[in-house]
Amino acid sequence: MTAISPKRKPRNRDSELDVDRGILSDFDRKRGPVRATMTVVHVFLFGGLVVAGLGPILWLAKAAVTPTQDSIRTPLALFPNGIDWANLGQAWVEAHIDQYFLNTIVIAFGSWFFQLLIATTAGYALSVLRPRYAPILNGAVLATLFIPSIVLLVPLYLTIVHPPLIGVSLLNNYLAVWLPTAANAFNILLVKRFFDSLPREVFEAARTDGAGPFRVFWSIVLPMSRPILGVVSVFAIIAALKDYLWPFLVLPNPAVQPLSVRLPAIQQSTELDVFLAALAISTIIPIVLFLAFQRVFLRSAGLGGAVKG
Amino acid sequence: MTITEKAPALLESEREQRVLTPRARQRRSPLTWFRGGGLSNLIFLAPMLIVFGVFSWSPIIQSFIMSLQKTNLITSQWVGLDNFANVLADPLLGTAVLNTLYFAGLALVFGFPLPLLLAVLMSEVKRGKGVYSALAYLPVIIPPVVAVLLWKFFYDASPTGVFNTIIGWVGIPPQPWIQSAVSAMPSLVLEATWAAAGGSIIIYLAALLSVPPELYDAAEVDGASIWRKIWHVTLPQLRGVLFIMLILQVIATAQVFLEPFLFTGGGPNNSTVTVLVLIYRYAFQNSLGGNYGEATALSVMLAIVLAVLSFAYFKLTERWSSN
Repeated sequence: MTAISPKRKPRNRDSELDVDRGILSDFDRKRGPVRATMTVVHVFLFGGLVVAGLGPILWLAKAAVTPTQDSIRTPLALFPNGIDWANLGQAWVEAHIDQYFLNTIVIAFGSWFFQLLIATTAGYALSVLRPRYAPILNGAVLATLFIPSIVLLVPLYLTIVHPPLIGVSLLNNYLAVWLPTAANAFNILLVKRFFDSLPREVFEAARTDGAGPFRVFWSIVLPMSRPILGVVSVFAIIAALKDYLWPFLVLPNPAVQPLSVRLPAIQQSTELDVFLAALAISTIIPIVLFLAFQRVFLRSAGLGGAVKG
Repeated sequence: MTITEKAPALLESEREQRVLTPRARQRRSPLTWFRGGGLSNLIFLAPMLIVFGVFSWSPIIQSFIMSLQKTNLITSQWVGLDNFANVLADPLLGTAVLNTLYFAGLALVFGFPLPLLLAVLMSEVKRGKGVYSALAYLPVIIPPVVAVLLWKFFYDASPTGVFNTIIGWVGIPPQPWIQSAVSAMPSLVLEATWAAAGGSIIIYLAALLSVPPELYDAAEVDGASIWRKIWHVTLPQLRGVLFIMLILQVIATAQVFLEPFLFTGGGPNNSTVTVLVLIYRYAFQNSLGGNYGEATALSVMLAIVLAVLSFAYFKLTERWSSN
C-alpha cells in the first residue's frame, strides 16, 4: 500500500488488448523450434492452470456429494461407492449453514453499503466541493494507508467493546464489522482520483441550471462514476467474504457469525462429508460473483496493481 | 479581501472550485460560510470524519499510548517501556521472528518469481487469454478460510491423503506435511503461494501489456534473441512494478496470520508461531486476561520495523528504478 503515484491514470485494459505482439514476433512464431517449444509450453501452462485453478474447486464439488469413507480412503477416485446427495442437505440444515450463509450475505451487503457511502461522499467532498481544509483531510486519509492494519487490531477491538458516546458494547453487532471496514483509505483514493478526472464543465453547467451540491452528487457525479463504483463494490464484497480475524473477534456469538468464522469452529463437530459439503456451499457466492462479473474482477485486480505501481 | 484581489494567485484547482461555490472565498461570517456551501461540505464529509475518526485515526494514536500502558478494560496505568521490555524478554519472540522470516523468505524465493514467469508465458498466448487469466485468478476467489480448511484435508499425513496419493504416483513416500515441525512451514508457504499467485499474475499481465511493442521491434532490428528480448526489454520495462510488488509481498508476508492460525495454531512444537500469532496470543489467548499493552507494543515494533524496511528499500531502489 506504499508508494502511490497519483499522476497515473487507471489504464483501460480493454483498449490495449488488441496490441498484437509481445516478446515473440510473427517471425519468431514461424520458426520450427520456437513453435514446437511454444506448443509444449502452452500445453503445460494450460494443464497446470486447470489443475491448480480449477482442480481444487472440482475436487471440492465432487467431495461435497461423496461419502466420508470414500473421501478418506480414495480421495482421488471418482465416486467409487456412489453419490451421496444428502450431504448438501445435511450441511444446509443440520450444520446450520443456511443461517451462516445469510449472515455472510448481510455482512457483505452492509460492508458494501458503508464502503460505498463513505468513499463516494468523501471522494465528492475532497475532489469536487473541495473546501479549503480538503488537502489536510486528504493527507490524513492517505496517511492511514501506511499504517499496517495489525497496529489497529487491539485498540480497535477495545473501541468496539467500549465505543465512544453511545456507551453500549458493539460486540455481536454487525456495525462492529461494517464501520471499521468502511474506514478504507484505498477506496477513497480510487474514487477521488476518478472524480478528479470527470470534466468540471458538466458540474458548472448543472450549477448554472440551479443544481445544488446534493443534486450534482446524486444526478451527475454518481451516474458518471459507474465503472469505479463497480470496482469498489467488487473490492468491498470480496474483502467482506474473505475476512476472518476481525469478525471472529467482534462477533463471538455463533448465531451472528459468517461462514468464514463458523467453518473452522464446526470442523471438529461435523462429519467430514457434511463439512466438505459446507465448504463447497461457502465457495458458491464468490464463484458465482466471479463468473457474473469476471471483467470487473480482473480489471479491479489489474487496477490495484496500477495504483500500487 | 475580495475575489478579484485574490484571483491572480489562484491555482487552477481553486479556480475550478470557485466556479462551483462562487461565494466560498468571500469573507468569513456564519452566513457567508453557510451560503458558500460550508454546511453541505460538512454534511458530505461527516460520514468519513466519523468513521475515520473513531475507527482509524483514534485507534492509531491509541495504539502508541497503549503500548506504554498496562491496560485492562476498565483502568490503565503508565508503565513506560515495560511492555516493550517484557516482549523482548519473551523467549518465544525469537522463535516467532525467525519463523516469520522463514515464511517470508520461502514465499519470496518460490512465490515471487512464479507469478512473473506464468504471466510472461500467458502474455504470449494468442487465443483464449481470458480463459487463462480466469483460471489463474480462481484460487484468489476462494475465501481464504475455505482454502485453508480444504488444503488441511489435502495435507492429510496418511498414505491415502490427497497430496500423498499424488506424490505416490511418482514414487515419493508419504510426507507428514503440516504435522511435522520441519515440513509445516514450507507447506503453509505452498498454500499461501497458490492462494496469492493469481492476483500478482493479473497485475503483471496488465504491466506486460503496457510494454511498448516498438521496443521489441527495435531489439529485433538489432538482432536480439528471444532471451535477450526478455532480459533487455521485458524485465527492465517491468522494473517499477517488480520493485513495488516485492516490497508489498514482504510487508504482507511479515504479517502472515491466517495460515499458521488455522492450519497448525502455531504448532507443531511452535514451528509456525509467527509474529502475528504471538500478538494474537498476547491479546486474546491469555489465561490471565488480555495483555493488551504487550500486544500493542509488539505490533508497534513490527510496524516500525516494516516502516524502516520500506523506507530503506525505496531509498535503495530509487536509483535503479529511475534510470
